[in-house]
Amino acid sequence: MPALDFSFYTWANISTYLLSGLYFSVSLTIAATIGGIALGTVIALMRLSGIKPLEYAALWYVNLLRSIPLVMVILWFFLLMPSAFYNLFPGDIGQKYRAEICALITFIIFEAAFFSEIVRAGIQSLPRGQTFAGQALGMTYAQNMRYIVLPQAMRNMLPVFLTQTIVLFQDTSLVYAIGAYDILKGFEIMGNTFGRRVETYIMAAVVYFIISFALSMLVKRLNEKIRILR
Amino acid sequence: MTYWQDIWDRWQFLWDDRGDGVTYWQWMFSAWGYTVAVAAVSLVVALAIGCLVGTLRTVSQHRVVSALATGWVELFRNIPVLVQLFLWFFVISEIVPGMRGVPSFVLACCALGFFTSARIAEQVRAGIQALPRGQRQAALAMGFTQLQAYRYVILPQTFRIIIPPLTSEAMNIVKNSSVAFAVSIPELISFAMQTQEETSRGIEVYLAATVLYIITALAISWFMSILEKRARVPGLSSQGQGAH
Amino acid sequence: MRKVLIAATIAFAAMGAAAQADGTLDKIKSSGIITQGVRESSGLAYTLGNGVYTGYHYDVCQNIIADIKKKLGVEKLDIRYQPVTSQNRVPLVQNGTVDLECGSTTNNKARGRDVDFATTVYIEEIKIAVKANSNIGKLEDLNGKTIATTTGTTSVQTLRKNKRGKDLKFSEVFGKDHADSFLLLQSGRADAFVMDASILAANIARAQNPKDYKILPEVLAVEPIAIMIRKNDPEFKKAVDESIAAQIKTGTIAKLYDKWFMQPIPPNNVTLNMPASDATKEAWANPNDKPTEDYKQPGE
Repeated sequence: MPALDFSFYTWANISTYLLSGLYFSVSLTIAATIGGIALGTVIALMRLSGIKPLEYAALWYVNLLRSIPLVMVILWFFLLMPSAFYNLFPGDIGQKYRAEICALITFIIFEAAFFSEIVRAGIQSLPRGQTFAGQALGMTYAQNMRYIVLPQAMRNMLPVFLTQTIVLFQDTSLVYAIGAYDILKGFEIMGNTFGRRVETYIMAAVVYFIISFALSMLVKRLNEKIRILR
Repeated sequence: MTYWQDIWDRWQFLWDDRGDGVTYWQWMFSAWGYTVAVAAVSLVVALAIGCLVGTLRTVSQHRVVSALATGWVELFRNIPVLVQLFLWFFVISEIVPGMRGVPSFVLACCALGFFTSARIAEQVRAGIQALPRGQRQAALAMGFTQLQAYRYVILPQTFRIIIPPLTSEAMNIVKNSSVAFAVSIPELISFAMQTQEETSRGIEVYLAATVLYIITALAISWFMSILEKRARVPGLSSQGQGAH
Repeated sequence: MRKVLIAATIAFAAMGAAAQADGTLDKIKSSGIITQGVRESSGLAYTLGNGVYTGYHYDVCQNIIADIKKKLGVEKLDIRYQPVTSQNRVPLVQNGTVDLECGSTTNNKARGRDVDFATTVYIEEIKIAVKANSNIGKLEDLNGKTIATTTGTTSVQTLRKNKRGKDLKFSEVFGKDHADSFLLLQSGRADAFVMDASILAANIARAQNPKDYKILPEVLAVEPIAIMIRKNDPEFKKAVDESIAAQIKTGTIAKLYDKWFMQPIPPNNVTLNMPASDATKEAWANPNDKPTEDYKQPGE
C-alpha cells in the first residue's frame, strides 16, 4: 500500500471542492427533515383517520416506499420528472438546480414514509384519556389534534425525529446517482483531481462520522432533558 | 394488435444476448440472486454481532465492556454504509495483511453486516431494557448466574419483543444491499444501470428491478409476521421505530 | 400484476412523449437559454469544482453555441450547465432538459433510436492499461487474470465479446466510476483496466507515480464519440453540424485537440501526451455521423 498523503487538503482546495458540497448535504438534510415531517404527519393522520380509503392510501404509500431502495427511488424521480415541472419555479431556479430540486422532492417523499410511522407511534403512545378529555371539552377532531395530541406527541418524538435525521444525513450520500453535488461528490472529485482515492474515502468517513456523532450526542442530551421534564 | 405489439417491443430486450451467450433475463435473475444472497449473509453477520454487542451494552458491572460495545455502535452507525463499503474495499483490505485476496462478496457482507449490527444492537439493548427489572432480579434470586439469567430468562423474551423492529432491519438490509454495486457485486442496481446503458430501455429495466425489490420485501414481511405470531408472548410487545 | 405493469409502462411512456415540444432552435431563441450537458469526470469533459466545467468536447460545444448565437441573431444567450451521468444522459436529452450533451458518449445504433448525434470529432480507442512492471503485453496474456472496467460503459460489452470470440477466460471487476476502476488496478485487485484510451491516459497522468503504468498498443475497439442532440430536429442538427464543419475547416478542432491532449491541462498541469489517432484524423478529413456499428473493428 502506498504511503498516505493528506497534504492536498489545503484550505484553498477544501473551499473549492468541498464547501459547496457540504452546504448542499446539510441544507438538503434540513429541508427534507422539515418537509418529511410535515408530509409524514399528514400521512399519519390519514392512517389514523378511521376513513377507509384514506387509511389504505396511507398504508400503501408507506409500505411501497419502505420496500424500494432509496437509490432506486432517486433514479426513478430524476428520469421521469417531466421537464415542464421545473418551469413551475420562478425565474431560472428550476432549470439551474434541477438535480438539487429533484433530490429534495425525492427525499421529502421518501422520508415522509418513515416520519409518518414515527408520528403514528407518537400519537398512539399518548394516553387515550387525552383525546377523550379534549372531546369532553367540546373540541372538534381538528382542534383536538392541533391543541392536545400533536403538541404532546411531537415533544415525545423529538429525539426519534433527530435520530431519523442522522440517518437522512447519511442517506444524502446516495445523490451521487443523479449527479447532484453533495459532500461525498466533492471529496471524490477532489480525489480524482489529485489521483488520491484512498485518502478521499478516509477523509469522507471522518467528516461524516464527526457530524453524525455530534448529532447523536445531541440526541442523547435531549433524551435526558425530556426524561427530567416528565 | 399494435397495442400488444408495442408492449412486446418494449420488453423484447430481455430475451436478447448481452454479448457472451447470457440473455438479459437470465442476468436479471442472477442479479436478484446476488441481492438476496448479499442481504441474507449480511443479516446473519448483523444478527450475530448485533445481539452480542447489544447484550454487552446492558452489562453494567463491567464498565470497559459496555464502553467498548457503545464505541462499536457509535462507530458503525455514524458513517454512511456507502463510505464504509469503500473503506473495507480500498483501505482496510490494503492495510490488514492477508486480506488482499478476500473476494468482494465477503467484504460487502462485512460492511453491510457491521453497519446493520450497530442498529440491531440498539434494538436488542432497547428490548432488554424494556423488560421489567423484576425478571432479572428474580432470576438472580433463584441462584442463576449473570450468564444464565441472560441465556434462560432475559434474551428469550427480548428476541420475541424485538421482532417488529428486526423486520424493518431485514427489509433495510435488502435495500442497503443496493450499494454493493459500488464494489462490483453484480446485484440488481448494477444490472439496472449497466442494462439501461446497453439497451437504452431505462424505464423497463427500472420497473423490472423495482418489482423484484417489492417482491423481496413482501416475502420478508410475510415470513416475519408468521414468526411473530408463533413467538408471541402474551402481554409483551414493543413499538417499532421508523428507520431504514 | 401484469395489467399494472402494462399500465405503468404506458403511463411512463406518455410522460416522456409529453415532454417533446417544438424545435430546439425556436426554444433557444424564445427563451434566450441553451442548456449544455457536462460531465463530472470523463476523458473529454470534466469539472474543476465549484460548477466550473472544461475539456475538449466542452470547448467544441462552446464554439457551437457561439455559432448558434450568431445564426439566431440574438444579443444575449444564457448558457446553463447540467451535469449528466452515463445513466441519465440519454433521458435528459430526450425530454429536452439538455440541448447539447457534450460529454463522452459513444454514437451507437441502440442510442440512435432515442437521440441524434452530431458530426464526430473524436474517435476513441478502447485499450488496456497495466502495471509497467507486469509481463502482460497483449489481450491474450490476460487469460486467467482479473480485468477492471467501469459499470455503465460500452467497454463491458467489448470485454464480453472478446471473451467469447477469442475463447479467453478472465474474471471481471467493475468500478462504479473510472477513478474506482483505476484504484482496482493500482491496488492490485485487478491486473488490467480496459477503457477508453483518453480516460486511461488521464488517470495515469494524475496517479502518484505515472511511470508505474503503461497503456498497451493493442486496440480492442474503436468508437466514435459524439455530441448528443434531440432526435428528429433536423434544423438544430444542421446548425450544430455546420458549426463543427467550420471548426474542422478552419483548424480550430486540431488546435483544441493539441490543447487538450498534447499540452499541460488544468487543474494540476499534467500532460496526456496522446497524439491524434489515424481514425480521428480520418474523421476530420471526411466528416460524418456514422454509428460505431459502421466502423471496421480491429480483428474483424
